Amino acid sequence: METGKHGGTNKSKGVISSTWVPVYLSTFSRPFLWLFPLAFLIIFFFFPLSRIFALSLDTSALTSENLRIAYSALRFTFYQAVLSTLLTLLLGLPAAYLFARYEFRGKSLLRALTAVPFMLPTVVVAAGFNALFGPRGLIHAVFPASFPFVGTLWAILIAHVFYNTTIIIRVIGNALSSLDPKLEQAARSLGADPRRVWWNVTLPLLRPSLFAASLLVFLFDFTSFGVILLLGGPQFSTLEVEIYFRVLRLPDLSLAALLSVIQLICTLVFSVSYTRVAARTTVQTAPRSAGSSIRKPKTLRERMFVGVFVFLLASFFLLPLSALPFRSLFRLEADRGQRNEIQYGFTTGYYRELFVNRRGSVFYVPPIRAAINSIGYAGATVMLSLLLGFPAALALARPTRVEKILDPLVMLPLGSSAVMLGLGFIISYGAWLTSPLLVPFAHTLVALPFVIRTLQPAIASVPERLHQAAASLGASPLQVWKTIDWPILRRSTLAAATFAFTISLGEFGATLLISRPEYPTIPVAIERFLSQPGGLNYGQAMAMATLLMVLTVASILLIEKFRLPGAGEF
Amino acid sequence: MLEVRDISKTYEGKPLLENISFTVGVGETICLLGESGSGKSTLLRIIAGLEEPEAGQVLWDRLDLASTPPHLRDFGLVFQDYALFPHLDVYDNVAFGLKMRRMPQDEISRRVANSMELVNLGGFERRKTTELSGGEQQRVALARALAPRPRLLMFDEPLGALDRALREDLLNELRAILHQTNIPAIYVTHDQEEAFTIADRILILHDGDIVREGSPAEVWANPGSAWVAKFLGLGNVIEGKVIGTHKVQTEFGDFPVKCAHKHQNGDVVHLLARPLPAGKARAVTVRSSRNEVNDIRGIVTDVIFQQDRFKVTFDNGLYIYLDEAPKVGKRVSAKVKVECLA
Repeated sequence: METGKHGGTNKSKGVISSTWVPVYLSTFSRPFLWLFPLAFLIIFFFFPLSRIFALSLDTSALTSENLRIAYSALRFTFYQAVLSTLLTLLLGLPAAYLFARYEFRGKSLLRALTAVPFMLPTVVVAAGFNALFGPRGLIHAVFPASFPFVGTLWAILIAHVFYNTTIIIRVIGNALSSLDPKLEQAARSLGADPRRVWWNVTLPLLRPSLFAASLLVFLFDFTSFGVILLLGGPQFSTLEVEIYFRVLRLPDLSLAALLSVIQLICTLVFSVSYTRVAARTTVQTAPRSAGSSIRKPKTLRERMFVGVFVFLLASFFLLPLSALPFRSLFRLEADRGQRNEIQYGFTTGYYRELFVNRRGSVFYVPPIRAAINSIGYAGATVMLSLLLGFPAALALARPTRVEKILDPLVMLPLGSSAVMLGLGFIISYGAWLTSPLLVPFAHTLVALPFVIRTLQPAIASVPERLHQAAASLGASPLQVWKTIDWPILRRSTLAAATFAFTISLGEFGATLLISRPEYPTIPVAIERFLSQPGGLNYGQAMAMATLLMVLTVASILLIEKFRLPGAGEF
Repeated sequence: MLEVRDISKTYEGKPLLENISFTVGVGETICLLGESGSGKSTLLRIIAGLEEPEAGQVLWDRLDLASTPPHLRDFGLVFQDYALFPHLDVYDNVAFGLKMRRMPQDEISRRVANSMELVNLGGFERRKTTELSGGEQQRVALARALAPRPRLLMFDEPLGALDRALREDLLNELRAILHQTNIPAIYVTHDQEEAFTIADRILILHDGDIVREGSPAEVWANPGSAWVAKFLGLGNVIEGKVIGTHKVQTEFGDFPVKCAHKHQNGDVVHLLARPLPAGKARAVTVRSSRNEVNDIRGIVTDVIFQQDRFKVTFDNGLYIYLDEAPKVGKRVSAKVKVECLA
């Protein structure tokens, strides 16, 4: 046998034992894996967070007037979140039942459709609802007598349902289809009619999953920002919206800080209880043997239920998503000077207008610059989050005891609201706000947990034995990386990159607070167009939002293609 | 009483059940015996109303149950993996059927206690079902099915998941309970010992058909077909040709069997050569391999110890039972009881 790099067969046998690790995971290099990600988090997350805390405890923050504002914002946040969650359950539960129990044509397509809104930027969803239900929307145009529904609490609630129904469908659907069908059959043979089977057997068994799913939906509704700002308007001030107002409209940073801390504590409590409840839900599933409970609808009632619900879900999810591109290509306004005569017809004018730098418009630059900015920011975010996320994921894939403690710290930005991140940047690095460089840093903060959670399982899935085998065959550490790890990790890296790209493109809350007026991103531009009067501004908002939707959907498809099966669930 | 009339069902395009008909009389326990995949569980689920037949009827007292949903049929069902409700304790599991019938509380607690007593589980009422052993869980499942006093009880391989000793104990208890309550029952299993122990009448299912029906003693004495004889392991099944009123020619020699009442000369028939009980059998060392009497012979290739006897297998595939183990390689002969199968 040839003597290899490790100096002889005997010696290499000693080296390639269970303690052998690739050189990048040696005790010596591990701190270097952590150095930059941790430094980044400290500078851009923990330090700003501490500044917010300090400011919220300031005597100027804790006035009785401020506490009254905070209380009413908190109350309304709860109120709308509870209502939204209940409405989501109302649609989600039958939908979950439909998907878990019945076979019908177009099922996988419909399921995919219900999941699309969850991945879309809030501005796109808001614009979609606006295109359908807004005062300049399609329904109002067809039925001028109808009440424009944008600007009411209902718009917020329905948009939340639109967003989060997929959570109920997924969580409850999974729980339902993993239930042992014999339990329901046993109940039937003991004399329970279908209704009582549902109430006495199925529902109690679903209770933990139901609780977990509701809590998750509630959490998303509680921290919702874009939907409430764009569809509700100033009178619906949740904690998030109130923070935004106290930063940009009626500046009072110490009140904003106080609101942020309240928000953070609430989300932390809900997140922790969600994690605890979710951990318990895995217990009650029984092993299934005899057949599956999925079947074609048979009786008239079943067929009616399936038909009605498929139609309902399809139109609920399809209409806002298709109203948006339609409205962006459809003129529906009175010409200048002719107030009564409504012009309509197909037009590409809204898109052409994006390239024009009109005097007196909301920008100092042609609006299409926003798209260029967005893509530039997104590119920078991809680079930065991969650069920071890859080493962290490497370390976390095979963590030491200390690193296990670091894991939740890295995920913490996920639980804090975007508006709060923006506030932290303003308080801590206000002097740099003139620079557009701050935006990619904020986006990286949001994207980093996703990047790490995508890469980590992929890296962990490469068996140590492969490294050891390659090394024993004479591959240097670099060659091991090039020939073993990279070919396996390439797809996940692409998925992580696309995640970062998509998140950066759609990021709204933080960007709205820290972006310079002359460097708008697509979501910020949409918000500004929507908040201005005039049919042209409205049309351009639609065009921009359509652009963003197309970009995002393309990215989602890419992620789905590259993602490891089973990795990166909720 | 239950009548099953011409039930047919296909599974993935292949016929699973074809024109199955039988009845279950008052207080009778019948057993559907068959290999796994023979459609016996499906038949049970059709009777319970949990599945629909493609043709045929299920009747109770001559009344078609087609439009009666499962919960109104009043047929108890016991599953192999128990299907106890994990969110309810033992008491509430047993009480479930009674609550569904909206019985008054005191009646429920009386009946639950009664059922628990019947299955020897008194005092287990407030236990969690997940804390119980397999045998205890099956007793709870039985108590749950018994409590509403259904007009028919059905068991789907109820003891399949339990170990042998426990299975025997539970089987005997179940037999006693069925006799005591006088509830008619259908018991599905692939285990012939269980079937012969518990059934008043056995129905053997094969290829979608009932291939043999009768009391355990009848089925044992007269399996009726080569397949049933093999399935029940009654003895050596040998193919042969009728060559006279009292003679059948086979590859193992000619046997003096009367097949003539059913068959003509030249017909191909199956013979069942049952080994005699070990105590009565005696192996004789022989030289020739042909015979003209009721014995079989061959070179011993395998001897298996079976508690009270040795199963001796010959090079030609035939077997006998003996009290003492012969040497492997010896050419021996032993008497068997030969009969003509249909």
